[in-house]
Amino acid sequence: MARVRLAGVGKTYPDGTSAVTDLDLDIADGEFLVLVGPSGCGKTTALRMVAGLEEISSGTLTIGDRVVNRTPARDRDVAMVFQSYALYPHLSVRDNIGFGLQLRKVAKSEIKKRVEAAAETLGLSEHLDRKPRNLSGGQRQRVAMGRAIVRDPQAFLMDEPLSNLDAKLRVQMRAEISRIQRDLGVTTIYVTHDQVEAMTLGDRVAVMKKGVLQQVASPQELYDRPTNIFVAGFIGSPAMNLLQGSLEADGDGDGARLALGDQTLAVPGPLLAERPALRGYIGRGVAVGIRPEDMEDAELDGARDGAVLDSTTELVEALGSELLVHFRITAAPVVTEDTKELARDAGADGLPAEAASSGLIARFSPRSRTAIGHPVRVRVDTGRLYFFDPVTGAGIWGDPAPAQQQKEGTHA
Amino acid sequence: MSTREDTAAVDPAAAPDPGQGAPQSSLASRIVSRLGSGLLQAVLVLIAVFWLMPTLGLFISSLRSPQDNSASGWWAVLTEPSQLTLENYASLLDNEGFVASFFNTVLITVPSTVLIVVIAALAAYAFAWLEFPGRDWLFLGVVGLLVVPLQVALVPIAQIYGGLGIYGSILGVVLFHVGYGLPFAIFLLRNFFAAIPRDLLEAARMDGGREFTIFRRVILPLGGPAIASLAIFQFLWVWNDLLVALVFADAQNQPMTKALQSEMRQFGANIDVISSGAFLSMVVPLLVFFAFQRYFVQGVMAGAVK
Ligand SMILES: Nc1ncnc2c1ncn2[C@@H]1O[C@H](COP(=O)(O)OP(=O)(O)O)[C@@H](O)[C@H]1O
Ligand SMILES: [Mg+2]
Repeated sequence: MARVRLAGVGKTYPDGTSAVTDLDLDIADGEFLVLVGPSGCGKTTALRMVAGLEEISSGTLTIGDRVVNRTPARDRDVAMVFQSYALYPHLSVRDNIGFGLQLRKVAKSEIKKRVEAAAETLGLSEHLDRKPRNLSGGQRQRVAMGRAIVRDPQAFLMDEPLSNLDAKLRVQMRAEISRIQRDLGVTTIYVTHDQVEAMTLGDRVAVMKKGVLQQVASPQELYDRPTNIFVAGFIGSPAMNLLQGSLEADGDGDGARLALGDQTLAVPGPLLAERPALRGYIGRGVAVGIRPEDMEDAELDGARDGAVLDSTTELVEALGSELLVHFRITAAPVVTEDTKELARDAGADGLPAEAASSGLIARFSPRSRTAIGHPVRVRVDTGRLYFFDPVTGAGIWGDPAPAQQQKEGTHA
Repeated sequence: MSTREDTAAVDPAAAPDPGQGAPQSSLASRIVSRLGSGLLQAVLVLIAVFWLMPTLGLFISSLRSPQDNSASGWWAVLTEPSQLTLENYASLLDNEGFVASFFNTVLITVPSTVLIVVIAALAAYAFAWLEFPGRDWLFLGVVGLLVVPLQVALVPIAQIYGGLGIYGSILGVVLFHVGYGLPFAIFLLRNFFAAIPRDLLEAARMDGGREFTIFRRVILPLGGPAIASLAIFQFLWVWNDLLVALVFADAQNQPMTKALQSEMRQFGANIDVISSGAFLSMVVPLLVFFAFQRYFVQGVMAGAVK
């Protein structure tokens, strides 16, 4: 078990693709770090550089006390779980798990003991003599895990290990990976494009976009204080609603007024006091983020003035525990490089750039009686509004300044 | 990179639905699934009989005296089993030149096959999985050699062999076969090895494998079917070769093909050894085939990456 440090690590492929740029990460001994981002953002490349399967173009990689930039994979003492599992088809489960130990010339009796212990942990004891082709997807996944844990390595590297499982099994294996990692206390870097996996597994989560690290923080911190529009839009499901608004001084009070199209929300004084940088945006346009879960049916909740958006329900998705209510207001959607990247990730063909209105999604209690085609009054928790610079997309917080948050700070 | 992503992307759709695979199955798998049905089996048996008939004919001819063979067809034994005799084989064993040619054939064929398979497997691994400068150009060169006809090299190589003093020797014949067998062998194995998922090799690398360990413990077992096919193909080719032997082997190093050919020329003198010799030269490759047969296991890759 060891600390893993990446300092200014970059990768440029021979064809000129710059897959990872200046990546700084400091992963503590025993920490579970999740690397998350849309597909193609360089997560796998970053992980493979740590593994030693991809040459590092720039920067320094340290595992434990050793700089390992030039150390071949076999001598780095890290174990990898591949997205495809990569089981040796000609070997039994026992030999698949024990292969790494055999190559390291561990004594036969010791291999047997360790393989059986690993199989026990993973519930594979009955399948030790089978071949991979006779295993179910979930069992193959376990064998791949077993191959990693039996070696007791300095670090685990996992590249989307659950992406080939069906939804139910994925939830189950997610919990299991979390348990095993905590039991063994092995430093782990886990790559995924699924933000739910990232949030549930990670001690800390690193969000990447186009090869550039955006933010590293605990899941809660990412959710509460995203450093920019990209992180804000990527973390959370359904995604945060992003609208163009403008801030105006609120005559006498210490708050401000936020115009969203033809409607207005009151920005409470304490929020402004907490995020002093916001004052600089008064009289200017600003990008506003509202999380679906920060909205509620005003009929249920009682509405204060300045905290309600009026609209018409366009669609209701009833999930039993909650209703997802789609509605539209006249504020224009935010269009920045970040939102385009998010839309691309979501599979949309890009937003209509000049739209005069935006669709929003709110998460209502199932007791709401709202119905398609009927007027709806949506109460907004104005104390939890998010603000971003409309041009750079940077989050508007007080301190620390967003520019510094992009860099890796001290970790929890 | 797309290969890496693709293995995963394909997966959910590819996961077979147990018991419901039939509607979209390919022609081949439908044929296989009908193998059990009587009609197809009967047809297959018929084809097999047709294939076996000449072999059987040759075998029985080799067990009849030359007089009987010229008087009637081999099927005459069906009515007169007493015609069967081992005399042809006895005179085959008495014919020193022919016995020597059998051993010459073995001495030519076994080293040629082994060398080709070993060198080609190592080279194919390098071409498929090692990064080195000029690799792809070199491989293109190998592919280019595939289309160079053997005949163009006969004269220059004969001259080189003359200079080296190995003209007419078994070594010369073996080297020629190895040289001419390698391009195809490398080409075949490289393509097979390249189709092994990259993840498997990388997993072995992470598990602590050096290149040679990976080659021996992952690539070779997985490449078994391709290597077995190559070995048999190569064995047959060299075993049955006449042209190279005619040009490069002198009389005391001549293989069976050449010996048979000279027996044929003096037809009548040694007619008794022709059918038994021919059968002998045919039966050895068959034995080799059956020995390797168990390596032609289908679907060895199943369960590797998914
Ligand atoms: N071997 C390679 N050669 C060239 N470009 C590559 C290679 N592997 C990946 N890339 C590119 O690098 C970028 C990051 O890829 P990858 O690390 O696989 O992303 P992710 O795992 O986040 O989906 C992509 O644009 C991809 O096309
Ligand atoms: Mg990836």
